[in-house]
Amino acid sequence: MPLDERLFRHEAGRMVAALTRLLGVHNLALAEDVVQEAFCRAADVWKFRGVPDNPPAWLMATAKNCALDALRRERTARTFAPELGRHLQSEWTLAPVVEEFFAAEAIKDDLLRMMFACCHPRLPEAGQVALILHILCGFSVGEVAAALMSGRDAVEKRLTRAKQVLAGSKGLFDVGNATDFAARLPAVRRALYLLFSEGYHSASPERAVRAELCREAMRLTALLIDHPRGRTPATYALAALMSFNAARLPTRTDASGDLVPLYDQDRSRWDRGLIDEGLRLLTLAAVGSDVTSYHLEAAVAAAHARAATPRDTDWTQIVWLYDMLMAIRPGPVIALNRAIAVAEKDGPERGLAAIRAIHRPDRLARYPFFPAALGELELRRGDRSAAARHFRAALALARSPAERRHYQRRIKACDDDAARAARAGEARSAVIG
Amino acid sequence: MGDYTFLYRGGMLSASPEERQKHMEKWMVWFKDIGAKGLVKEPGHPLESGGKVVSGKAMTVSDGPFAEAKDLISGYTLIAASDLAHAAEIAKGCPILQVGGSVEVRPVMHMNM
Repeated sequence: MPLDERLFRHEAGRMVAALTRLLGVHNLALAEDVVQEAFCRAADVWKFRGVPDNPPAWLMATAKNCALDALRRERTARTFAPELGRHLQSEWTLAPVVEEFFAAEAIKDDLLRMMFACCHPRLPEAGQVALILHILCGFSVGEVAAALMSGRDAVEKRLTRAKQVLAGSKGLFDVGNATDFAARLPAVRRALYLLFSEGYHSASPERAVRAELCREAMRLTALLIDHPRGRTPATYALAALMSFNAARLPTRTDASGDLVPLYDQDRSRWDRGLIDEGLRLLTLAAVGSDVTSYHLEAAVAAAHARAATPRDTDWTQIVWLYDMLMAIRPGPVIALNRAIAVAEKDGPERGLAAIRAIHRPDRLARYPFFPAALGELELRRGDRSAAARHFRAALALARSPAERRHYQRRIKACDDDAARAARAGEARSAVIG
Repeated sequence: MGDYTFLYRGGMLSASPEERQKHMEKWMVWFKDIGAKGLVKEPGHPLESGGKVVSGKAMTVSDGPFAEAKDLISGYTLIAASDLAHAAEIAKGCPILQVGGSVEVRPVMHMNM
């Protein structure tokens, strides 16, 4: 049977989570070392003797044995949790106690517990996302840096600080406490949303990297939905949003890695299964009176997913949804997306007016889609020199070779008389799906 | 045909879970490949890094060996090859070479009666 290519990464999360519960959150670094050792042993034995029947169980058992060794080795050098500490001195009690810690019922909620622990209120959101990738998804420091398109040193610092906060917290999060659970759930959803967005909107030219981040965010969101206290309407809405967007992921870039605007995407290649799943989740989200930004963003994504062709898109509904979004989570990017939707509904002049009305547009100064949207609307209005000027500004802000190529093509489209007829359609490229 | 022992030294030290799994899978592909060609007599085993060294007439038992990780034998395999050159050629496919390790190829001594 072929091994799941993510087996080690995913089991790393479960193993660190279980070991941290056993050893105490202040011994997080020791837990990570034990996991490293367990992988080392597993890989050595498997390469000579073949993969066992149940690889995850084998790995967890190896982690348990490595933990026992570590406890014997470290019992005088470190402090452990009191419930474990008093069993440490006797070999008679140590093994059975550790065995209990690894019972199926005991490890069931470990990943969820660790996920909540990673969203500690003292951590900045960026630290939470990095920590989730590192601890729960098994990314090394270098792999986190590559995935988040950040420098290795910066990510290393961010993770070190985040782990200090985690290790300094009183204990691992208690998922059994309903009040604490409900209080931290929004932060967990937010971190998963950011993780997904990191993959979905990343300028990384590596399509595989981006898809992987989206997949991880969806895997962890499914974990939230598996828990009776985690599956609230807002969580269903978040899961729906991820499903709709993931359905479009394969068509967002072409074979050479270039961005394909929503209008030009081959809708027949959108993943119908994921769209249906999104619609199912959205129905589950429509319970109660609470409308979150996830509900509204999912509804926008659903409106795109439902339109068989770009022409069939219900822009009136989308503008209304963006109005609602601006009311509960006002921000310049939402305002820009709203302006683009206004242009689709009422024409480029109205769209440009809506862009000009954005409060403090300086917040979009580093955002290439801002001048790009201006360019698309000017082009559609027929002002080719203004459009070219905006696309050149977008080009200067481009974050990847793919974005640069895209804006170069748009600049060329402004000069290209022959393409004039096609331009009316192409000008709709402002909508980045 | 003759028997040859592959003694592996060193190998992958620190690595991310994904890198470690990928490296392990390379070993599996290699073993499968040479196994399908009938070149593996016994896949052998990995070895623990620590142990005891018993030495001298006094039968002194000490902890060890304490060689550096890169010099420690980390596993062995019994290979069937047509001659030493062929065995060395087979060893070239071992993934340990990609991560700083080495393969020592030693003919098994047989008595021709």
